[in-house]
Amino acid sequence: MLTDGELNKLTHEAAEVRKEAIKMATRAGTGHLGPALSIADILWILYSRVMKYHPQDPSWPERDRLLLSKGHGCISLYVTLAKKGFFEEELLKSYCAKVDTLLGGHPERKLPGIEANTGSLGHGFNIGVGMSMVAKAEQKNYKVFTILGDGENQEGSIWEGAMSAAHYQLDNLVAIVDRNNLQVSNFVNKVMGIEPLAEKWSSFGWGVKVIDGHDLNQLDEAFKSVPFIEGKPSVIIANTVKGKGLPMAENKVEWHHKAPSLQEYQEIDKELGLGDL
Amino acid sequence: MGVDLKSDISTRAAFSNAITEFGLKDERVFTIAADSESRFGAFIKEAPTRAINVGIAEQNAMSIAAGMAFCGKVPFVSTYATFLTMRACEQIRTDIAFANLNVRIVGTNTGFSSDLLGFTHQALEDIGLMRALPNMTVLVPADGEETYRLVEALINYEGPAYLRIRGTSKEPHIHSEERIEIGKARRLRAGNDLTIIACGRMVQEALKAADQLALEGVKARVLGVHTVKPIDQEAILEAAAETKRILTVEEHNIIGGLGSAVAEVTSEYKPIIVKRMGIKDRFGVPGKEKELFEYFGLTSEHIVGEVRKLLEMEGS
Repeated sequence: MLTDGELNKLTHEAAEVRKEAIKMATRAGTGHLGPALSIADILWILYSRVMKYHPQDPSWPERDRLLLSKGHGCISLYVTLAKKGFFEEELLKSYCAKVDTLLGGHPERKLPGIEANTGSLGHGFNIGVGMSMVAKAEQKNYKVFTILGDGENQEGSIWEGAMSAAHYQLDNLVAIVDRNNLQVSNFVNKVMGIEPLAEKWSSFGWGVKVIDGHDLNQLDEAFKSVPFIEGKPSVIIANTVKGKGLPMAENKVEWHHKAPSLQEYQEIDKELGLGDL
Repeated sequence: MGVDLKSDISTRAAFSNAITEFGLKDERVFTIAADSESRFGAFIKEAPTRAINVGIAEQNAMSIAAGMAFCGKVPFVSTYATFLTMRACEQIRTDIAFANLNVRIVGTNTGFSSDLLGFTHQALEDIGLMRALPNMTVLVPADGEETYRLVEALINYEGPAYLRIRGTSKEPHIHSEERIEIGKARRLRAGNDLTIIACGRMVQEALKAADQLALEGVKARVLGVHTVKPIDQEAILEAAAETKRILTVEEHNIIGGLGSAVAEVTSEYKPIIVKRMGIKDRFGVPGKEKELFEYFGLTSEHIVGEVRKLLEMEGS
């Protein structure tokens, strides 16, 4: 359990990540804001409480790896990496601001802290399987975390990867499914239902926990208890709200790939106190 | 070394011998099979912790290879070329080629070596697909010796590479003292009347054709091009300048393969006639290997016929 002091601090910091994400999308006039906001708490707990890394030495061989398989959620990852010291926060202003920027619409390895070039769904998770295999072969202790969209579970390659991770007993691999119930065109269950999701992962040989993906205590406890079952990979199905923290965007399909207008920003600023852009 | 490289060994046997020989010596080498472990020979038993089999799941195989390469490994992924380069094409592009990773993609049973299995297994488009990817090196060895030496070179090569090999039946050995070096064409016959440029199995047919033509007093230069990308521009431009006519021959669609690569070079720097022999933009059909080369017009006799026509053409 987090102490009250820790919980307050982490809650405040995660809210700051969201605020910065909203500002970045507004400045750029573009961005996958909804799916970035749903994973801000997950990322903040991972980088604050769980993962081993040296921001000044991002390729430290013993580091834990994070693969954002749902690469479109990258704004929150950019903010998290900046706040954790991988690069200057000033650089966040270059998000989608110029040709060949380090901070594009999907994450690329040229930015310190990014482990793989993701954006095409059903890839990052499987790259993580390969990294976990190497860790096992070399008897290294690092863990590999990978965040998937719930819609991403519709990709066949995810289940190829899930099968192989269980077969090779990769208990150093942790998948987090951002279960925000929405994808680009509609609710996930309207487009292509993925339930029963926990049972699917379990039947593929994974240890499964279903938690509230915005409850920092639950996130912390789930991450600290991996592997859930010895010799098996672990998946956390994190129930989240798409657009979390931005009331006009919460649980709205159109906010998958959308940024606030300057006018909308004024309203949001009044409500959340974001300050100047 | 367990094989005689100067003999008519199959490219599959040459590959499995080479991966065992050179892979066992280098801890960075991993092998990834997609229910295709036979490709890797003794390596699998000798280095079980470095030999992965993902089952029938080529996309996963390719992303796993990327993950391993990100960790400094040199994974060799191998199965049928159609499944490898087509089903997993986006993984090759996005996970491997973009990141310029040291992954080796070994497509096997290409062209008509998948004889009676028919078009599903006959890769005739793979060179074009792989050649269009930035950073990708594309290698098409003509025989066991070239296969073996290219695998040796790939252990320490920088960037992703596609190695296109054939099946388990014997390939005629190309007798030549020319070095086998990535990026360099091998001049297998001298001559200035025209140049035949070939890769893979077609090198042997080109040599037979050149020997036949020599009896008729036609001196054909023959270039064996195991590296289709980056292609040996110097050798092509030299041939264009000195022989004026080029005939390309490949066991692949004439769109996107060796012939296209050669014509891209000549059309920009030394426009001459380049005639392309290959499969003329259609799919394969089931048949025995020998029948298929006959059916698609890819024998030494067909090459001799094309050369005669080419020599009669005006304008170059």
